[in-house]
Amino acid sequence: MPRDSLTGSRIRERRLISGLRQADLAKQIGISASYLNLIEHNRRRIGGKLLLNIARVLGVEPSMLTEGAEAALIATLREAAADAGAVQAETDRADEFAGRFPGWAEVLALGYRRIATLENTVETLSDRLTHDPHLASSLHEVLSTAAAIRSTASILAETGELEAEWRDRFHRNLNVDSRRLAESSKALVRYLDDSESGEARRGVPREEAEALVAARGYHFPELETGAETPEEVVAADRGLASNAARHIARDFLIQYQSDATDLPLAPFSEALGRLGPDPLALAATLGAGIPQVMRRLGAMPEALVPGGVGLVICDASGSVLFRRNVNGFAMPRFGAPCPLWPLYLALSRPLVPVRRRVVQLGRSAAQFDCVAYAWPQGVSGATEDPLYQAGMLILPVAAGDTNESTPREVGSSCRVCPQQGCPARREASILRAEF
Amino acid sequence: MGRSVLLIEDEPNIIEAIRFLLTRDGWEVDTHSDGTDAVEKVRAGRPDLVILDMMLPGRSGMDILRDLRGIDDLKTLPVLMLTARGQARDREMAEKAGVSRFMTKPFSNAEVMTAVRDLVAQASKS
Repeated sequence: MPRDSLTGSRIRERRLISGLRQADLAKQIGISASYLNLIEHNRRRIGGKLLLNIARVLGVEPSMLTEGAEAALIATLREAAADAGAVQAETDRADEFAGRFPGWAEVLALGYRRIATLENTVETLSDRLTHDPHLASSLHEVLSTAAAIRSTASILAETGELEAEWRDRFHRNLNVDSRRLAESSKALVRYLDDSESGEARRGVPREEAEALVAARGYHFPELETGAETPEEVVAADRGLASNAARHIARDFLIQYQSDATDLPLAPFSEALGRLGPDPLALAATLGAGIPQVMRRLGAMPEALVPGGVGLVICDASGSVLFRRNVNGFAMPRFGAPCPLWPLYLALSRPLVPVRRRVVQLGRSAAQFDCVAYAWPQGVSGATEDPLYQAGMLILPVAAGDTNESTPREVGSSCRVCPQQGCPARREASILRAEF
Repeated sequence: MGRSVLLIEDEPNIIEAIRFLLTRDGWEVDTHSDGTDAVEKVRAGRPDLVILDMMLPGRSGMDILRDLRGIDDLKTLPVLMLTARGQARDREMAEKAGVSRFMTKPFSNAEVMTAVRDLVAQASKS
């Protein structure tokens, strides 16, 4: 049922929330209860003064009755339904559900959004636990010491007649272990907070460089205008603790500045506004290389790419060199991404653009158009083997865009991907075991 | 003849606490802290039960367990595995490898004592 024909259902719902009987409302607005009954069952159209009167009595804006739930709420309900797997929800009646039960619809949507947030947290923590040997060994140390303390304390508390020698020994053990636990806990918290300045306890250098770029929204106005040099930007950032991270950040910013010089912001954003975030069309129009256009798109401020844009660049080994996240598309922080990403298909077809519509399994049902391209780094001599990099732009598909056939299913990383029987799987998923 | 337990664990104060508990309960307790030659230690000692830590220097408890289950007369030896890794996947792996009981750290003394008594009693019936 179309949304605008559900005004009656919303009136009924609001009336019930207000605790008004049908007859009472009808009396207050000067119509018969049977006529209001027809309106509430969407069998009579309603508008004008009558609608205004009903809205006044119910204490709501008239638009709440005519427009019903927000489009975003309905879209979230549809995503939740699509993610429900075997459970078949009446997606064609999502409007009606949101209109008649706005409170319940909001509860469902909130729950769905919270699940997505928690999935992200699980993903980040489990990736970190699996691929971060320092964290795993710190946790092991803390738990083993806690086990020793618990066991020793229980003996002291629960053993009635304990010889003095044993008692003294267990007291000493408790003292030693409690100090150890205090130290190992503090070290663990410092590590998780990433607050210690020493290089060994910080994340890998590339993470530090990524943090700088992400904190600036992937856009550096001072490099666009030439007001500062990459070296000055790096020197001013306090988050870059290690030399390795400073080198990575500087190299990234040198590339950024070079791209900004070749494709200045004003003409680029003008073309972007006209053509949309299509790297192939932009490259053809601006006479630029596809890699350069991809990097420029990945450096645009949010306001110039309203739907958002993600970018991931990898080297020939598949290791991620750069990532710009986009809402709804998960990129693992540690470990290798899903080999089904078009990024890796592009690596097998250098210089041939690859465009694929994808949906990530186990997440929202949001779809993305991915454009991937692989290119040689620099110019190699006749006797040298070329080195390749690949980039993939990730563009959210607008709601209602059904131009493409079935999207390809991809994951984030094997660890948090629920796909069974995937030929590309490297390791078991925690989602199958615990979710 | 006394019932015997071999405790393979590298944390000295856990060793001391478990040894104390089991000894007071009438068990004969031997300990070992290195994973490298743990299988030989089991073969030589022939304990009634092994308490095995998963993370040991030299060799993991999981590898030791697999080796023990590959030896004919140790296939049914009760093995209680202690671990700081409590993920479902670790538990699954241990079960596949033939663990008798899986316990995560920090454990309670009562849990350990109950598990030791139950496992040895079950083994003696079969």
